[in-house]
Amino acid sequence: MKVTSRVLALAALVAAAPAGAVEYGKVLPEKSEIRFVSRQMNVPVEGSFRKFDVQLSFDPAKPESGSTRITVHLAGIDAGSDEANAEARTKGWFDTPRFPTATFASTRVKPLGPNRYEVAGTLTIKGRSRDVVAPVSFRQDGANAVLEGSFVVKRLQFAIGEGPWSDVETVADDVQVRFRVTASPVK
Amino acid sequence: MVMIRVPDVTRYRAPAVFLHWASALLIFCAFPVGLYMVGLRLSPWKLKLYSYHKWIGVTVFLLLLARIAWRVSHAPPPLPASVPAWERHLAGATHLVLYLLLLAIPLTGWLFSSAAGFQTVYLGIIPLPDLLPKDKMLADLLRFVHMFLNYSLAALVALHAAAALKHHFLDRDAVLARMVPGLKPRNPA
Repeated sequence: MKVTSRVLALAALVAAAPAGAVEYGKVLPEKSEIRFVSRQMNVPVEGSFRKFDVQLSFDPAKPESGSTRITVHLAGIDAGSDEANAEARTKGWFDTPRFPTATFASTRVKPLGPNRYEVAGTLTIKGRSRDVVAPVSFRQDGANAVLEGSFVVKRLQFAIGEGPWSDVETVADDVQVRFRVTASPVK
Repeated sequence: MVMIRVPDVTRYRAPAVFLHWASALLIFCAFPVGLYMVGLRLSPWKLKLYSYHKWIGVTVFLLLLARIAWRVSHAPPPLPASVPAWERHLAGATHLVLYLLLLAIPLTGWLFSSAAGFQTVYLGIIPLPDLLPKDKMLADLLRFVHMFLNYSLAALVALHAAAALKHHFLDRDAVLARMVPGLKPRNPA
């Protein structure tokens, strides 16, 4: 069973891979984004991180050898309003003076099907590290690769929102994070 | 013998009385909550108050739709013959503007919330559509309009209440008693 599905997945990958392997590694920041949706009193509130660096190495022909390291500069947060942006930098939230960045470092890339992968890695926010797994899709946009995916962060695992803010009735524990990384081929 | 309850045509009927006082009670909650919450530092308490304020506003709006439906299908009890024409006109105009404000205030609150980037989710269950995209300038304008209309409402409610008290205590007529269950007009001096 397992072998069959792997063979199928591999066959699908081979079929999907462009002729002549291309490695993508030059990330285009203006075509990349990291957004998140928190729920406040059950109201979905959109936000984003405006400043981040992505190191990427991805070859659709050899997805397992792909890797990424994402560094998010937390002071560039847009949490939906000016007062929320100011609040997000404080000690109870991201504590940006002490922890200016959050990082994601991939540990494993597993093909799931045609142009679909599962990326596992370590997410570190506010000095706390947790393993996360995100489904990622791949598509081509001209010569570039567009990698998109999403995962859920349980904010209290990272002490994001301490004290009175740890009340998950007001601000839900689950925060949906969506990302899109566009990269051009490396020569 | 068959008992027939004849409705008292000199008073507002029970649904109208209920809708009037329920709206009044909700407005007397939402107004001070609105004034208080805007000055708070961001906190879970502030987020809760904003949501409660919006839920009350949506409820007032829904009650208003019911009130309009009732009003167009049921003539209000006539004013006492002693009420002069200018007072009738002023009362009619005040009531009309009160209705318009009770429509416009929740609407501007809802639009302001949308323009500020916060959807209104009634009772935390029913998401209302965002009719406006997030736009800071528009949000600032709508916040001002919402606030201005609320102060106008406060002024008109004061006039409305003062008129009711004037009729009851000075004119000693039945105007206030039409809307207050159990209240009887005071005997003429």
